[in-house]
Amino acid sequence: MIVLTSLIVLVPFVAAFVGFLFGPRLTRLLGGRPPAAAPVGATVVTEAEADADPDSAAAGATPPEAARAAAFRNGPALIACGASAVSLVLAVIVGFVAWRSPGVRTGVLTTIDAGSVPIRVGLHVDGLAALMVVMVCTVAFAVQLYSVAYMAKDARYSSYAAFISLFTAAMLLVVLSGDLLVLYAGWEVMGVCSYFLIGHHWEDRANSRAAVKAFLVTRLGDVGFLLGIIILGVGAGTFSIDGIIQRAPMLPDGTVLAAALLLLAGVAGKSAQFPLHTWLPDAMAGPTPISALIHAATMVAAGIYVVARLFDVFVQAPTALAVLGVLAVVSMVGAALAALAQDDLKRVLAYSTISQLAVMAAGLAVGAKPAAVFHLVAHGAFKALLFLAAGSVIFVAGTNLLAGYGGLRGRMPLTFGAMTIGFAALAGVPPVSGFFSKDAVLEGAQHAALHGGELVHSASTPGGRAVEGGLTLVGVPEGPGAVSGSYTGAAPAPLSPTNLPADAALPPAVAWLIYLGLLLTIVLTAAYAARAWLMTFFGEYRGTGEPREAPRLMSWTVAALAVPAAFLGFTGLASGELRPHLGSALLGLLLTAAGIGAAFLLWNRDPALDPARSLGPARPALARAFYLDEVYALLFVRPVRWLAGRVAVADDRGIDAAVNGIATGTRRLAGTLRLPRDGDAQSYLTGLLAGFVVIAAVVVVFL
Amino acid sequence: MMAIPLLGALALLLPAGRFLPGETAVRRFGLGVSGATLLVAVSAVTAFDFGDPARMQLEIDRSWSPAIGLRFHLGMDGISLPLVLLTALLTFLCFVHTIKHPPAGGRTRLLTALLLVLEVGLLGTFTALDLVLFFVFFEVVLIPMYAIIAIWGGANRRPAATKFILYTLLGSGLLLVGMLLVGVQAGTLDMTVLADRHGEGLTRGVQITAFLLMGLGFAIKAPMWPLHTWLPAAHTEAPTVGSVLLAGTLLKMGTYGIIRIALPATPEGAVFWAPWLGLFAVVGIVYGALACLAQTDLKRMIAYSSVGHMGFVLLGIATLTPVGVNAALFGNVAHGLITGLLFFLAGSVKDRYGTGDLRELGGGMLTTAPRLAGVLTFASVASLGLPGLAGFWGEMLALLGAYRPNGDLPRGVFLAFMVAGALGALLTAAYFLRMLAKITHGPPPASVPDGAGRVSAYEYAAWTPLIALTLLVGLWPKTLLDVTTGPVRALFGGG
Repeated sequence: MIVLTSLIVLVPFVAAFVGFLFGPRLTRLLGGRPPAAAPVGATVVTEAEADADPDSAAAGATPPEAARAAAFRNGPALIACGASAVSLVLAVIVGFVAWRSPGVRTGVLTTIDAGSVPIRVGLHVDGLAALMVVMVCTVAFAVQLYSVAYMAKDARYSSYAAFISLFTAAMLLVVLSGDLLVLYAGWEVMGVCSYFLIGHHWEDRANSRAAVKAFLVTRLGDVGFLLGIIILGVGAGTFSIDGIIQRAPMLPDGTVLAAALLLLAGVAGKSAQFPLHTWLPDAMAGPTPISALIHAATMVAAGIYVVARLFDVFVQAPTALAVLGVLAVVSMVGAALAALAQDDLKRVLAYSTISQLAVMAAGLAVGAKPAAVFHLVAHGAFKALLFLAAGSVIFVAGTNLLAGYGGLRGRMPLTFGAMTIGFAALAGVPPVSGFFSKDAVLEGAQHAALHGGELVHSASTPGGRAVEGGLTLVGVPEGPGAVSGSYTGAAPAPLSPTNLPADAALPPAVAWLIYLGLLLTIVLTAAYAARAWLMTFFGEYRGTGEPREAPRLMSWTVAALAVPAAFLGFTGLASGELRPHLGSALLGLLLTAAGIGAAFLLWNRDPALDPARSLGPARPALARAFYLDEVYALLFVRPVRWLAGRVAVADDRGIDAAVNGIATGTRRLAGTLRLPRDGDAQSYLTGLLAGFVVIAAVVVVFL
Repeated sequence: MMAIPLLGALALLLPAGRFLPGETAVRRFGLGVSGATLLVAVSAVTAFDFGDPARMQLEIDRSWSPAIGLRFHLGMDGISLPLVLLTALLTFLCFVHTIKHPPAGGRTRLLTALLLVLEVGLLGTFTALDLVLFFVFFEVVLIPMYAIIAIWGGANRRPAATKFILYTLLGSGLLLVGMLLVGVQAGTLDMTVLADRHGEGLTRGVQITAFLLMGLGFAIKAPMWPLHTWLPAAHTEAPTVGSVLLAGTLLKMGTYGIIRIALPATPEGAVFWAPWLGLFAVVGIVYGALACLAQTDLKRMIAYSSVGHMGFVLLGIATLTPVGVNAALFGNVAHGLITGLLFFLAGSVKDRYGTGDLRELGGGMLTTAPRLAGVLTFASVASLGLPGLAGFWGEMLALLGAYRPNGDLPRGVFLAFMVAGALGALLTAAYFLRMLAKITHGPPPASVPDGAGRVSAYEYAAWTPLIALTLLVGLWPKTLLDVTTGPVRALFGGG
């Protein structure tokens, strides 16, 4: 089992290197072959096996026939898609095993002793991890397939595909690692991959800047993250996550709080929460499939995942949870408002990601961990769908701007259908997945608000564990029927009763803030989702040319992703906690309807115009996301630049000048000292005599 | 056993003036000798007993000058072994590189001879177990490096070389006084004996003074802020091979010396001075990074980045914990590999474009010279401390050490150091990305020198081992930590 799991991580990792080194060569090798001959294709597969892995044939099973021939002559695509397909198959196996027999499986490869706290390189699989693995692999595979067509004309597709493989491997490492430092390694590798992928079109300086910004902003958070890890690790005497969770209750409150807050800095960076969210909208500079990967399955999900993984530590520091909750409210409302005013489809989706991640963070803050994880998975499915569909729209219409679309419903029916499901899930329209998951979070927040900030605590009840087990199925659309109530309570995982301090509660004000913030976000989300949907697919086409449906490899991948996005929600019915509750569900529905209705009424007045015009004078501020970038530039970037300039000058004129000054001084001193030694015998003799007199005088006077 | 590369290099050095006519022959000769040395170093590794890395192994111990008790005492343990290998490897790669890319200035024969002497000095420093012998080798290194900068350097090579030699000679003077103080007070010059005593027989005052003197001597070499100003000048002017060896191995003599001599011989002095050492180290990290942000010359920027990286190494030492010293040793090796690679690349850039100025280089190197730019990106990412590559572990372990420093040190101060160091790591990322964005991204300039995109086999040969080792050590840090942990624990007197 653990060997299988390690293979899930290793396969994309190896594929990344193989892709870097041999990708283009493989294409050249295959390029000379006639594309039509099917038997040749078969031999090609065997060749690819030698390079990549034994199961590349699995990759061929999914893409439609038409794309097959082209894909089979594309070396990097073969390697990348093959590897992610193998990973997906393995992930499904692991997920299945984890669901059938829940429990924690660990394996330690080696222990690194560096003279202090040892680092245990090992993996850890539980229900949560298995669920995430399935989701990550599914999205990664979809993105790889989609990219084959989307990036077909790109000269650097090879390195692009390899970086996606590396990215996937890093995310899987984060999910599966049993040790915080190893997790950090994956965490950082992801950061650098995002840097390379966002800056994929580096000919344009703006993209290069966006990439640098993404890396630096997330790394700023990572500084805190690493320090938090060190504090926890040294405090608990181990970096193993299980060990830390076990020992967290024994640690002093101050230590846990400091560590939790520092970890939150890293989480805010990776999961793009206020105040470190500014990199995400700019990251839209990357190719659209990358946005799907970053927003849905990797990177941003990592932050939420880590909080969920270390939830028992955060519970020990309710203040940290309160901070998380407040940040989440600021992020979700602020980003939703900003999304209303964006005129770029991808930026609408980017701000919606920030907002939705904040919803998960809010769920975690009120203690509704299963609900948050449920929303994470659902969001992964529908956001990947939305981005890939948006990629099709951009591919076809040739622009990112909403103003350039309109009336695409009839021209791109498949994309229209898929994207409708995606937007419905985003807005929380039943019966699509987003409705269920958002409702679960809302229910948790309502509970906390009405009970004076009491945490939902479900993370450690047997039911909660079983939910994770049940949810394992979520990423496997083939078998939703297998979920049955009989698993509730079937897996009483060993509990440490010390895990939950009696006073673990949020300040009631924070709980109310979270609850109200969620309600407001629901309205706003529905409004901006409806606006983007209407402006893209309805009214008259405002662009030029004759848009037609995207290539089949793209549109069918999108359509396939629509299945989990639509039906994932029903898996939640298996568990009592995730089942929709009448009160919150009705309230949520009402608000959603209000948001959609408002957007529709505004749009309906004149379908050719942007409904956002009615935001009036607030619109520019929202479009620039409250000028936060400008503020940061003023507060941080410029002072650092100025300081750097001063240091360089100071080094030259200050320290080095002091050194040179000493040299000059020495020379001058030497010159002065040299004066008596001018070679004149008379002056030497005079000196000698004078010395003699002085000595004699001293002797006479003092003795 | 260690005498073999030593004698080999020395003996083959002498006739270099008389036989082997022709430049290429001399270059091949240098390649052969350094290759043989590398082979011996590798065979020393195979002969090394990894089961007990804390013990001195492969020793030779001969009487040298009995009248004053000098001994010719060489040996290796887990602390010196990686550095010996690194030295042999980097020298060999330098010769590989020179075969096709000799520095401007001709006189290959002299260059080959000097490089070999340099190698002898370096290997000797890392294996010497007698204070005076150590000092002799320490000094042997200076003269060839001075000559290399002064003869094959850039436009301002004279002042740079002079600054280098004066600065380091000042350090050597202090070092010698400190060592003699220890030697006379303790009655022995043998480093193993001194280390075993853990400062016994030396009064506190003597220890503090001796640590200060030796520490200053080593700190100049390391270089520690604010004693670093010789470094940017020397690096900017030195030819590629000079820079590589300077950054890759010469700087390590300073930190190695602190770990090998100053720490074990004068532990009380170390405790007294450690907060100051840590302070200067952290200032160096942040200051070096800030200075890098404002540099316009590629080599100068890498030189300042060395100040920052060696700051992490010194911070590790300052914590006086096994993990910190491990971090220092790891950081030493990682910095040698990565910065060596960076200087090779900077040299290649200068060869092709005729300048190392970031503004003149323009952008778009990923278009005009994709392979070179790709490797440069890799090296930069490694240098900014990405986990999975060599640079990360040294920094991370240093921070880990600073979180819980030696019990005799002020904890709060080191916590502040840890935070400052971590922020310095962020700045490190900032300047490397700035450099990459400036020269590798963006539209390519109008005119590109011919053949900029081609990479010769010799360049590949020089880069590949460094890339591979950076990956290996980064992905599997155990390779290095297993060797160093034992002796480091022994250093602190524990099992």
